[in-house]
Amino acid sequence: MEELIQVKELCKTFKLSAKQQKLEKTKEKTKVAVDGLSFTAYKGEVFGLLGPNGAGKTTTLRMLATLIRPDSGDALLDGVSVTKDPETVRSRIGFLTSELKLEDFFSPNYLFQFFASLYGVPQDKALARREELFSRFGIDRFAEVKVGDLSTGMKQKVSLVISLVHDPDIIIFDEPTNGLDVLTAKVVTDFLLDLRAQGKTILLSTHIFSLIEKICDRVGIMISGKMAVCDTLEKICGGKSLEDRFFEVYREKAGDLE
Amino acid sequence: MNNMLVIIKKELARFFGDKRLVFTTAIMPGLLIFLMYTLMGEGLMREFTTEEDYIAKAYVRNMPAELESSLKELPVEWEIWDGGNPASDQVLQEIAEGERDGLLVFPDRFMQDMLAYEAGQGEAPNVEIYYNSEESNSGAFRSAAVRFLDQLEESVANKFDINRGEGSLGDYDRVSEQSVMGQLLAGLLPMLIMTFIFSGCTAVAPESIAGEKERGTIATLLVTPMKRSALALGKIVSLSVIALLAGLSSFLGTILSLPKLMTDEVDFGAASYTALDYGLLFAVILSTVLVTVAVISLISAGAKSVKEASTAIAPFLSVIVIVSLLPLFHLGGGGKVADLIPLYNSVMTMNGIFSFESSVSDVVITVLVNFAAAGILGGILTKMFSSEKVMFNR
Repeated sequence: MEELIQVKELCKTFKLSAKQQKLEKTKEKTKVAVDGLSFTAYKGEVFGLLGPNGAGKTTTLRMLATLIRPDSGDALLDGVSVTKDPETVRSRIGFLTSELKLEDFFSPNYLFQFFASLYGVPQDKALARREELFSRFGIDRFAEVKVGDLSTGMKQKVSLVISLVHDPDIIIFDEPTNGLDVLTAKVVTDFLLDLRAQGKTILLSTHIFSLIEKICDRVGIMISGKMAVCDTLEKICGGKSLEDRFFEVYREKAGDLE
Repeated sequence: MNNMLVIIKKELARFFGDKRLVFTTAIMPGLLIFLMYTLMGEGLMREFTTEEDYIAKAYVRNMPAELESSLKELPVEWEIWDGGNPASDQVLQEIAEGERDGLLVFPDRFMQDMLAYEAGQGEAPNVEIYYNSEESNSGAFRSAAVRFLDQLEESVANKFDINRGEGSLGDYDRVSEQSVMGQLLAGLLPMLIMTFIFSGCTAVAPESIAGEKERGTIATLLVTPMKRSALALGKIVSLSVIALLAGLSSFLGTILSLPKLMTDEVDFGAASYTALDYGLLFAVILSTVLVTVAVISLISAGAKSVKEASTAIAPFLSVIVIVSLLPLFHLGGGGKVADLIPLYNSVMTMNGIFSFESSVSDVVITVLVNFAAAGILGGILTKMFSSEKVMFNR
């Protein structure tokens, strides 16, 4: 199997401000967000990063999307290093996280075209793709409405569609169904399964067990910046539910639940 | 290059697509300045001029018979007042309240004492003029009376003249009318232009950079494969275009209202600049806008929010104003060194253009230096866009 995402010994430490130190109840000046993380995702599979808040999932994905640089370690996406050639990495991945916002002033039509240009998608291809994705997500009826006037769910759908404007082979989604109603969440889940069927490699982070059980081939459970367990869903669960297994792993690694 | 154009197109679409933004940034400043200066000019005119055919109403005491006919030629309706001296409270009250324009008091035996008086021997006879400086008509009465009395004094004891007939002939002062006008504009306009450029830039740059950062929309641009330099240059160029428009609006408002503000003392036709002058001026303004936008963009990129950016930009305005005021006080020398300091060189070069003293080489150096400075600042902005500490500090 082709290893499309190879993460090797990634580390990331953040400086804590005095205020953050108080919030975290610590005297340490730094916080290790990701601590020597390694894992591999194969071509055509959905890999789920599972973990509690603050486990370092989002930081990991941001490093893979080259928004932030790792302190040490590296990751190869389709063979390209995130530290050595971030621009090429960005052209090959689609990245979605709630921190990426779209300008309220513009319409989905305009923004799709704008980002298609930035990703270098030819005009005719962009138009065809827009038609397909907009109708699939029901954006076509709102294509000329300013983003600022759209509902939260519709905004998220537009963000999702725009993150895939260039039809990337590697898709990195941070909590893709967060804040969506069940209907919209299902549209997104089905879409992810479709993408897998097309042979795309998908890496997503979530703390929703059911989403992982439904679509992930392999799972990595992250606790305190480290990979606690990483294997196929069946092997990790071993007949139990994912939720039960998660709490077992958590107790093992982080001690009792607070 | 291609992505830079995409960014420029988007920024311009953002600006021109928003009618309110276009109005408040590019139309309102010029309109407001025009209206404000025009009203101020008219107000000033009303304050300092009297109606031309106005006849002042004034009292006169002890009017000498020899002067009666010439006094009556003045545009004053005289009323003889025979009350005692000093003037009574009632008359002074009338003047204070503006009912009368003034009181002219000749001493007793004025003509005899005046003609007999020899300079330096005892006290000269004193003529008193009571008036009210708050009332423009009263002020005009005082001027007319003083003029009349000065002439009288000259005619009785004229030992010598200076520049006889000056004013009507104007051939003693060898200054050209063009140069007077040039000096005036050279002192004033560079400062106005600099502040307009600055306000044009602050109207758009913090919103476009700190605002995008604050709202998280710049992060969406940063995950695209676009080069950070394309983003930095695209922002600088498009913001410069908009700032130039905003500055132009204020500039037009000022130029169109200046003649009204300065009333009739200044003949603007005298300051005739050539097409070359205007071309050079435009080049200087363009390069200045680029530097200013670049500086404000840098500050905005470092700020966490639009509010923080606006606060951080304020000191920069003081620098601009102080630098632009230097030529007004004839401070700050020109020369080649001055040409090498961005923004300061703009002020000095514009000063030179308006006072007809610029050389094309000065302008070329200024423009090149400013372009280079904008380039360097653009490089720093690129570095800032690449830095996660700058772009994702919260």
